Amino acid sequence: MRAYIALFRMRLMLEMQYRAAALAGVMTQFFWGMINIMIFEAFYRSSVFRPAMTMAELTTYIWLQQAFLVLIMLWIRDNTLFEMIRSGNVAYELLRPVETYYFWYFKLLAHRMSGALMRCLPILLVALLLPKPYRFVIPSDMLTFALFVVTLTLGVAITVAISMFIYISVFVTLSPRGSVLIFAVIGEFFAGLVIPIPLMPEWLRNFVYLLPFRYTGDLPFRIFTGNIGHAEAFQGLLMQCFWMISLIAVGRFLMNRVLNQLVVQGG
Amino acid sequence: MIELEGISKTYRIPVRSKGVGGAIKALFKREYEVVQALKGISFKINPGEIVGYIGPNGAGKSTTIKIMSGILVPDDGKCQIGGQVPWQDRKAYVGKIGVVFGQRSQLWWDVPVMDSFELLKEIYDMTNAQYERSFNELCDALELRSFLDHPVRQLSLGQRMRCEIAAALLHEPEILFLDEPTIGLDAVSKIAVRQFIRHINAKRGVTVILTTHDMSDIEALASRIMMIGKGEILYDGSLESLKRTYIKSKTITVDHHDYKGEVQIEGVTLISQGRERTILKVDTSERSIAHVVSDLTDQLSLKDVTIENEAIEDIVIRLYQDHQI
Repeated sequence: MRAYIALFRMRLMLEMQYRAAALAGVMTQFFWGMINIMIFEAFYRSSVFRPAMTMAELTTYIWLQQAFLVLIMLWIRDNTLFEMIRSGNVAYELLRPVETYYFWYFKLLAHRMSGALMRCLPILLVALLLPKPYRFVIPSDMLTFALFVVTLTLGVAITVAISMFIYISVFVTLSPRGSVLIFAVIGEFFAGLVIPIPLMPEWLRNFVYLLPFRYTGDLPFRIFTGNIGHAEAFQGLLMQCFWMISLIAVGRFLMNRVLNQLVVQGG
Repeated sequence: MIELEGISKTYRIPVRSKGVGGAIKALFKREYEVVQALKGISFKINPGEIVGYIGPNGAGKSTTIKIMSGILVPDDGKCQIGGQVPWQDRKAYVGKIGVVFGQRSQLWWDVPVMDSFELLKEIYDMTNAQYERSFNELCDALELRSFLDHPVRQLSLGQRMRCEIAAALLHEPEILFLDEPTIGLDAVSKIAVRQFIRHINAKRGVTVILTTHDMSDIEALASRIMMIGKGEILYDGSLESLKRTYIKSKTITVDHHDYKGEVQIEGVTLISQGRERTILKVDTSERSIAHVVSDLTDQLSLKDVTIENEAIEDIVIRLYQDHQI
């Protein structure tokens, strides 16, 4: 455990060095969030039937997506790991007295959490002060908030477990481009990051509910906005546990397999 | 302590013929060439030894090191190090070894060296006292203190290599594998690294296996050398006996007073002859040096005589040639 905490600290220190990147991230996310809300507002105004999510819920949902982008986006990647695989420096990672899967899992987790810590507060603070319909609204009861925190934590755990497959695949393909693209496009669509899941047609929604992707960001954000009630939230939480455990188990199995066949070439 | 028996490893390398035609063919059918990197090598190394592991590029040195460090699984053969099989008990095993790959880095590029060390402390689960002791010893011996706060990317190669070696030894391993630790270093840094390896071997009793292409590394450090070529161990023994077996000739350089005649001595090859300097090569199995020198004094009025052994580099090149590698 000590190793993982130290890793986390290291990552946070590293992240704090990249101030400009954090600032640029905040600006981009803020801008992107505004545009998204404007587009949906136009749709809502001209819509003839009532969508499954109110405009106020949707606004908060989008701000949460933007503020916690680093936690849930599958295209967020740690290039140092890819570089390690490509260059063979991964040899040193295998020399550590830790299980490589968990070691990298925590590296990625730390990468995402430190990135989010630097970015989420400024975005949410500004969004709180905006006029309607752009305003970010905080839930009124504590249980909702607690459920949000727990499900978001599990959501990040699932995101990292899914993204581990990208890194595992790079051991075979040696190039991250294809994997990142496939995972990002498919995963993010099914996670509701392109179109919020409540706005999807019913047949698609039912399909999406069978996949792990919506348990990353969609569930916690909808709990926060009140779009998902407490009973359903608890159900979702159980599903999250199921996905987290199974994805990690499969990931570990595959990782150990590629590592056993791994050949680090050259001197 | 280290025991390898019949270790072999083959690599499958994708090949395709040149040009567009080859590329199209490879689209449908991949072809592989099987390269045998190790053909059943066996050796034993005792605790506290320093072993120089030499061989030309592609001979299988790094492959052996990787197998012994547990990051590569051999196809066949047995390997026991300190009672463990490296690739099977990897997690428990790697705490006992330190590895430096001279061409790779284990330090975090963007943060001060010190941060990398402290992370290693946690990864290897060291106590504060243990860490302080090891860290101070390494800092003093490798003279790291002046740049501990510099980010790794700002260090010179010599400074970085010293840090890499320190990082490999921080957790006080019993065995140290050094894969080309002096590659690219200047003379001063090379000497510093060698001195340090001797120091750590004497002080902590660390067993050291080092691969290198620099024969002066071997001469300065290793009492035992193993030579590998084409995946087989070709020589395993002391440096002295290698010299005894393979040094068959010595070169004599003679400075003398003006001499116009022709030097004629039995059993030597004349390499060059001038009016004031003559260079001869003596095959010591045919004629002893003493005899040759006494013949020389008879014929020439000597000013100075230098007798040189063949350089270790030349011996190694001859060994390679003898084995056609």
